[in-house]
Amino acid sequence: MAMTEQRVSYTLDSSLETIDSAEEKATIIATELGFGDDEVMQISMAVREGAVNAVLHGNAYAPDKKVILAFERIGEELVITIRDQGKGLDLSKIPNPLAPENLLKTSGRGIFLMRSFMDVVEIRPSQTGTELKLIKRVHGPTAGGKEASQ
Amino acid sequence: MSMKVGSRQVDGVTIVDCSGRITLGEGSVVLRDTVRDLLAKGNKKIVLNLQDVNYIDSSGIGELVSAFTTTKNQVGELKLLNLTKKVNDLLQITKLYTVFDVKDDEASAVKSFK
Repeated sequence: MAMTEQRVSYTLDSSLETIDSAEEKATIIATELGFGDDEVMQISMAVREGAVNAVLHGNAYAPDKKVILAFERIGEELVITIRDQGKGLDLSKIPNPLAPENLLKTSGRGIFLMRSFMDVVEIRPSQTGTELKLIKRVHGPTAGGKEASQ
Repeated sequence: MSMKVGSRQVDGVTIVDCSGRITLGEGSVVLRDTVRDLLAKGNKKIVLNLQDVNYIDSSGIGELVSAFTTTKNQVGELKLLNLTKKVNDLLQITKLYTVFDVKDDEASAVKSFK
């Protein structure tokens, strides 16, 4: 996405390839927007985790369901939206991965990592599934080392 | 770049040299199969050398945890060696640095096994 463009979106299959593709697109766009290396990594990882949730937990790899990925620059913010067509996500059922009793669980860290790396993370039901919005401020503070609560 | 592994023995300890990405899909499966094969063959002192692992996602973190607990459940020990800054930061953020025994040089990693 060139700096002059404001928005780009993709309709992607519910596949592992989509997860890699989403990450690659995020890396390219974040780099073009001038984010530093650490922030590019954070953005691309957050997008990857969002895509994993959409493909696996939302659409459950269903071939007839799509993932809609959009990147938009609004003022000084990079706004990334990932929508799936799944049954929805109950945030109250996602345990805190930092709780001692959960440290050795093998899953449940995706949303936590997104919240650690992005300035804003919103998850809400959409008309067709779940919509995830990730926001990173273009000239915002470096999020490295920031620890977000679940 | 997908994940590649190679293992070698040093004083009774199995060093698993990992490179590439430990992510959902192939990378996680390679790590899982490698650790399970080692344990099945009786190799219960394992060091994962992550020096050339340049990327890991939450699924990869989960695989590291799984490798750790699987080894422990079989009365073995699994340690991590030579973390890159990215992987180190992820383990700090997720508080897993307190769970894993992390070493930064191979000789001390090998000596640390009982």
